[in-house]
Amino acid sequence: MSTRLFGARIKRNIDPQLLRGEGSFIDDIPLAQALHVAFVRSPFARARINSIDISAAVAHPGVAAVYTCDNVGALDIEMPLLIPHSSMHDARTQRPLARDDVYYVGQTVAMIVAVDRYTAEDAAALVDVDYDPRDVEVDLEKAILDGAPLVHDTHEQNIAAHFVQVSGYPDSAIAQAEHVTKIRVQVDRSTAAPMECRAVAAQFDEVTGELTVWDGTQAPISVRGGLASIFKLDEDKVRVIAPNVGGGFGQKVLLFYPDELLVPMAAMQLGRPVKYIEDRRENFVGSSQERTQIHFMELYAKKTGEVIALRDSFLHDTGAFIPYGIAVAQVASTSIAGPYRIPNIWVEFKAIYTPTVPVTPYRGCGRPQACFAIERAMDQLADELGLDRFEIRRRNLIADHEFPYDREGLIFADGLKVSLDSGQYHKALAMMEERLDAPSFASAQAKARAEGKHLGLGLAFYVEGTGLGPYEGGHVRIHPITGKVYVNTGLTSQGQGHDTVFAQIAADQLGVKPEDVILVEGDTKAFDWGVATFASRAAVVSGNAIHKSAMIVRRKALQAAANMLEADVGDVELKDGAAWVKGTDRKVPLSAVATATNPLRYAFNEAAQAATQFAPASRHDGPSLDEGEHPGLEATDYYSPPCATWAYGVHGALIEVDPELCSVTIRKYVCIHDCGNMINPMIVEGQVMGGIAQGLGGAMYERIEFDETGNMLNANFVDFLVPYATEIPDVEILHLETPSPLNALGVKGVGEAGCIAVGAVVASGVEDALKALGGGKFRHTPITPSMIHAALDAA
Amino acid sequence: MKPSLFDYVAPRSVDEAVGLLKEDSGAMILAGGQSLIPAMNMRLASPSRLIDIQNIPGLSHITIGNGKIAVGAMARHREVELHDGVAAANPVLRAALGHVAHIPIRNRGTVVGSLCHADAAAEMPMILVLTGGSVQVAGSDGGREIAAQDFFQFHMTTSRQPDEMVVEAHFPALPPGAGFAFEEFTRRHGDYAIAAAGCILTRNGAGAVATVALAACGVSSKPLRLAAAEQILAGSRLTAADIKAAGDAACAAVTAPGDMHATAGYRKHLFATLVRRAVERAAARAQ
Repeated sequence: MSTRLFGARIKRNIDPQLLRGEGSFIDDIPLAQALHVAFVRSPFARARINSIDISAAVAHPGVAAVYTCDNVGALDIEMPLLIPHSSMHDARTQRPLARDDVYYVGQTVAMIVAVDRYTAEDAAALVDVDYDPRDVEVDLEKAILDGAPLVHDTHEQNIAAHFVQVSGYPDSAIAQAEHVTKIRVQVDRSTAAPMECRAVAAQFDEVTGELTVWDGTQAPISVRGGLASIFKLDEDKVRVIAPNVGGGFGQKVLLFYPDELLVPMAAMQLGRPVKYIEDRRENFVGSSQERTQIHFMELYAKKTGEVIALRDSFLHDTGAFIPYGIAVAQVASTSIAGPYRIPNIWVEFKAIYTPTVPVTPYRGCGRPQACFAIERAMDQLADELGLDRFEIRRRNLIADHEFPYDREGLIFADGLKVSLDSGQYHKALAMMEERLDAPSFASAQAKARAEGKHLGLGLAFYVEGTGLGPYEGGHVRIHPITGKVYVNTGLTSQGQGHDTVFAQIAADQLGVKPEDVILVEGDTKAFDWGVATFASRAAVVSGNAIHKSAMIVRRKALQAAANMLEADVGDVELKDGAAWVKGTDRKVPLSAVATATNPLRYAFNEAAQAATQFAPASRHDGPSLDEGEHPGLEATDYYSPPCATWAYGVHGALIEVDPELCSVTIRKYVCIHDCGNMINPMIVEGQVMGGIAQGLGGAMYERIEFDETGNMLNANFVDFLVPYATEIPDVEILHLETPSPLNALGVKGVGEAGCIAVGAVVASGVEDALKALGGGKFRHTPITPSMIHAALDAA
Repeated sequence: MKPSLFDYVAPRSVDEAVGLLKEDSGAMILAGGQSLIPAMNMRLASPSRLIDIQNIPGLSHITIGNGKIAVGAMARHREVELHDGVAAANPVLRAALGHVAHIPIRNRGTVVGSLCHADAAAEMPMILVLTGGSVQVAGSDGGREIAAQDFFQFHMTTSRQPDEMVVEAHFPALPPGAGFAFEEFTRRHGDYAIAAAGCILTRNGAGAVATVALAACGVSSKPLRLAAAEQILAGSRLTAADIKAAGDAACAAVTAPGDMHATAGYRKHLFATLVRRAVERAAARAQ
């Protein structure tokens, strides 16, 4: 290898195409004579359906079909519970089209298929549904009280799951505590708001019996499995393609949304391609959301600030259904002690049904809430003990020599143990202290205050279990004609830059330029073993699988090239797209090596002549391929992690609050993070920066507002405040690289990292800035101007 | 988010446009389309017919003269914002236009369209009120001029009759020696105002306030002049106490109920601050 590509700041392969508008998103795929879908959605949070009259819609010109639960055949079912778990009792999932009852505003009741979306929306307005509205309770804490209106009649209370996990011996540790800190924190509901909403298109070929589905999903292989199973089709007759997808952030890992089943059904029944392009309003009222949790946390400490036990009991809003199981709450509960030693933990959650859009993972998946709880509690503990916020953390952070640090008894969302594998937590904290000039902050704060400015220092540490199993695969092949390297894996990209980082991994092994590595993923015809994109796992799991496969291909290529060059295999190296005898100008292009390893009958080009059966180089006795030998330079291998690998970081900010405007201005924002070895620092920084921007949304701007009847009041970008670029401060990102000991590349995930700590940082900084004004505590995000006003008003 | 069926017509004259308005009460005028088209896509507006006025000659002008700025019905926000003559004649327009949504929206949206849309939190209706401007309408019974105070009736409601079309807005020039200010707070750049205050004032030789205009948007069902605060400031030497009193008095004008972006209490607190800052800044700029 001439230069190692792993670790290089290589520009993303895909950007020129995307920036020129040459991406191919689902709505860009030309489908002749396609029909278009619109849904009739429930206007009530909870209601009984007395009747549905579709006659006017059926008669509307241009309408091809109108579906309700009565004419969808095999799809009149409750959709799958994706991740079963013993903490749930009779878990409720949604039907593609409502039967008898609706459970949230936006739930799909009927589907119109028409010549265009305009006509479909016109016809949707003609469907007459007679509802009998029922009482609802959308407030999480009121929803668990006796007598609260029930979301599901099958349950006596609105509790979807109840789970307790224990690590160590919390009871005896609590008895030895010298100080206890108790706080209540709350994080409100947000949504991923991907730039491209969800989309599904389907085409059925009656001659071949093949169903092709283009789905903006993070999990095409799983979608294919579900479609084949529900429609009773041979898996090889179902092809699911996730083409360019404009952001997922977890929202698109859920399967199934109603449209993902109904659109293929309609395509098969109507004999024409069918397309559903979700609009922004539908994305708000119909696609998963997340975040609402209320934690009641107690830290039991020694006078020194050493925390010896933690108790946390929290409520988790799961919305009207719980199709993704307890994943979000489980991740929160197992991340609850953050980067701290805290050897004794008791953590309990209740997942609560509310008559609202269902909750499934959104970037961070419970981690931001857990981080908010523990970090706000640590600040509070420091305050109560008269300790500096850096100092309280120093006294509790896991030390370098203590890794791997197991939290015995806690089971992570992958069903495996919680084991923080590696890190330099103390170094990261020290770096932050230095970057924020923390020792002199108090005097800077006092000086600013004298000038009428209110400055605060915000600080939060986070950990993130990443790279979850069960496994992913990698397929690597060197093309005999072009010498280019083809790479496939089973998961798929929503813009993260897989094609670049996977190319760097493969190119390092095979001595080619990264732009000569062509990644095809998200297509079940290209590769159909694997799971999905979620939990910051692609680089870890697919990355290592591709690395393993590329190493096999490298060995094959070196061996074959050594034969061709009549050199010892140890003297051959791969670089610049060729195999070279080291230190000489003797080489053979990889394309020729790939051709030569493929015994041929027909000489289709010059290189192929050497591989044909009468060519001197291929003369041999017996079969062209020995037993167990494969043609060409190709390999497939898999990587299955032993458990999650834990990334971490610390965020800090200098924040100014204007008590007159009640506005928050971030003067400086520093992120120190460690995701193990970085494949491409530029892509890591992009991920972290985007995560921080999304985190700032949750910290200061974004809240899904429901009125008391369960109607969403801000299902649009005017009132749901996704921050613009103008709201995002400059961010200084510093890297630490502590290799993960769990995988060959030493990598940890980074996709979700940026968003986790932001809420806690902003709350910490605002609280600090307003301390002198008696501004009180900030334990609820998003922190809004009205909230700051109320706090100052109460002072 | 697709509009329901509508007809589209593109008249070539104001008379033709007015005639089309008269014959179809469900018709709406399309200028820059930055509010109307999203409203149609969300089916909040379902006009039977769109009367697109962009092909009518003579509506895109921005002229300065006779002590006022005249802005034609098709002049875009951005054109007015960047117009040096406008900035020289009355810089409060440019100050406010920088807060109107975002540049791509200002490139297409029109000032007169914003006045006719009459969102109670929008900047340009408030500027028309602040400056004491007016709009010129054409109707099937001829034209008339409507003063700003009479034009804005309620949130998204004006005194324009269904068969009338606003052809021009008039913004008076800044009085000689006057100071001006526009203070707005939004949670994100470019959003509609949670509250905004505008101020134009002149000072006499002794430094006391000679004339003062204060106006607001985002705090009521329409853009307002703040008479009580103006009275406190009239003749004032602009002491901190007077400015604070003006801010407090202005709060009485805040009638907007609490909403998801601001509680009622916060909006009052904020508005008092904005009024104070607007007065201070305008005073500092006055000669």
